[in-house]
Amino acid sequence: MRTRRTARAGQYAALLAYLLFLAFPLLWLVSTAFKPPRELGSPHPAWIPEDPTLANFRQAFEEQPLLRAAGNSLLTALAAAVIAVLIATPAAYVMARHRTVFARAVTGWVVVGQAFPFVLLIIPLFLLLKNLRLIDSLPGLVMVYVVWALPFALWMLAGYVRAVPAELEEAAAVDGAGRLRTLFSVTAPLLAPGIAATALFAFVTAWNEFFFALVLLKTPEKQTLPVVLTHFVGAEGVADLGPLAAAAFLATLPSLVVFAVVQRRITGGMLAGAVRG
Amino acid sequence: MGGRTRRTPGIVVLVLVLLLAGCTDGGGDAAHGRITLRFQSLAWQRESVAATKELVGEWNAAHPDIRVEYVQGSWDSVHDQLLTSFEGGEAPDVIHDSSDDLADFAHGGYLADLTDLLPRRLRSDIPRRTWETTTFGDGVYGVPFLQEPRVLIAGTARLKEAGVRIPTPERPWSWAEFRRVTARLSGDGRYGVAWPLKEPVSATLNLSLSAGGRLFHRGADGRVTVRFEAADQVVPRTVHDQVVTDRSAPGSTLGSGGSDTLPGLFAGTYAMVPLGFSYRQQIVQQAPEGFAWQVLPAPAGADGLTQGVSPQTLSVARDSPHQKEAVRFLDFLLRPENMVRLALGDWMLPTGSRALEDPALHTAENGWATGTALAAQLRSAPAQSVRGYPEWKDKVATPALQEYYSGAIGLDELGERLEKDGNLVLARYQR
Repeated sequence: MRTRRTARAGQYAALLAYLLFLAFPLLWLVSTAFKPPRELGSPHPAWIPEDPTLANFRQAFEEQPLLRAAGNSLLTALAAAVIAVLIATPAAYVMARHRTVFARAVTGWVVVGQAFPFVLLIIPLFLLLKNLRLIDSLPGLVMVYVVWALPFALWMLAGYVRAVPAELEEAAAVDGAGRLRTLFSVTAPLLAPGIAATALFAFVTAWNEFFFALVLLKTPEKQTLPVVLTHFVGAEGVADLGPLAAAAFLATLPSLVVFAVVQRRITGGMLAGAVRG
Repeated sequence: MGGRTRRTPGIVVLVLVLLLAGCTDGGGDAAHGRITLRFQSLAWQRESVAATKELVGEWNAAHPDIRVEYVQGSWDSVHDQLLTSFEGGEAPDVIHDSSDDLADFAHGGYLADLTDLLPRRLRSDIPRRTWETTTFGDGVYGVPFLQEPRVLIAGTARLKEAGVRIPTPERPWSWAEFRRVTARLSGDGRYGVAWPLKEPVSATLNLSLSAGGRLFHRGADGRVTVRFEAADQVVPRTVHDQVVTDRSAPGSTLGSGGSDTLPGLFAGTYAMVPLGFSYRQQIVQQAPEGFAWQVLPAPAGADGLTQGVSPQTLSVARDSPHQKEAVRFLDFLLRPENMVRLALGDWMLPTGSRALEDPALHTAENGWATGTALAAQLRSAPAQSVRGYPEWKDKVATPALQEYYSGAIGLDELGERLEKDGNLVLARYQR
């Protein structure tokens, strides 16, 4: 009994250490965001700012159009997530349920597609978007993000579809449900956690993406948050650390909020699936 | 409930489509008969952004037919961003970059040759040695306008306490004297100097010019080879001996960036830190109250205070249909008084001779006068026009210098790797 308690305590200690390790950069970011410049140069850096200030946030907002950039990021990330899910869900269903040569070829292509470094893709992609007159437009950027997120989204969702027993669909068919009815009333609710996780993946990928946005958007009014954040960084990595930390801290908030909301959905969906199953 | 849930995704999609549709390009103003030049600036500090935007505003007010659109770029990934824009035919008309990034673009035919476009005033205002930083082959592919020497930022109290001679641009320390001084300033957990050598190659090569080091030698056939000669060894040996032999420089900062060493400077742990001239702004912002500091020239060698630099540059895209107008804008932006405003905003030195005469750059405050006195000694960074330099730097020189500075290898092995391995790399680019 005692051994088990000790083992459990050890597990919690290890978990706590891991959580601290993961949280360290974020906590340091928060701490830096509230420090005045003189504390940033202190030889004895402290976790809690001695003289906390909002000046970094003020300066960040004064110098860069953070709200507008955040709006652009939110719009593109949401659109990319919604479109990626709309395309990936039926495609993944077909890939998982109909194991044809074509489906296998698509799966293979998806895996190969993941292997291309984006530096190789960017110039052809740029030319393609230019021909479509989608350079310097948020819809063009959304298109890129959807294409970028799709392979992994497909692969991820196909796994979720495979986890839903085909017998459930067959049982619904036996009970007289049509194909669409089965898909919407039986399969879709069980896939909800997977769809939520995929949407989250597509959202966070698009929200954090920097290079495509840097290259494709020319008009300052259309720039997204990761691009605007680099305006606090100069040559050779020298940075205006306080405002950068303040802006970066604010930039992480939407991701955290979306994650919190979607995570509840993932858990709820899994439980619902278990009860119905 | 179910109906509402089912309708929600549809509404979200509709809203997103409408919002995104509102964000598409509504068409330009070229139809109104006026020219629009896109100027991508990499200015990022508050004062330099303000100065640049003000100048653009002044230009636009005076030239209603040639409107300049200010676009803030980013030093991060600027090379890849520009390369993609050039390839896609969508590059900005006026491009801010640094001279060490221009070689590939110049050789690739992406930049306009400004030789016949530049006005005589601008050509004669910037010294020939500075034009060399943007001259590739027979063409001039950018206007170098801001530069910064590497200087020693020193805590005044530590120097006074040790009673060492304070060097000036007229009477600098020699490398040997510098080593003696740093040894004298060390002890009890304190160091005479901290070398932030995250990028050891450019720092070493640029400072080595003072000792007459060239490292890259161009033969009569135009081929470049690496030779690690006695003059090339002065600076690396000094750093190595300070870290390994004298312990007057900590090994822990060798992998650090300049900003990382500032807390140690403020605390008096390091008496001096070799940094770019523009770091003074961070010191002014971050130094604790009462911290007295000064700017000292880097040590001198057989060639005096000579240093290599890669100035910031302004170029014109070859695909720009308005090259003449773009150069007119450059001429305005780089008038002596405007160059001074840009230099003060970036805490750097202007390249123009007349701008360098401005009294604001000769004040003792924040070490401006010391830096300005070094301007005449700045030369094109030695490796700038060497094809294959980036690979030589990353694969050969950086690891070799890092190992040498930390004491893992000796001078002979350093030389062998720089020459033998280095020449193999360079040869591939010169077939």
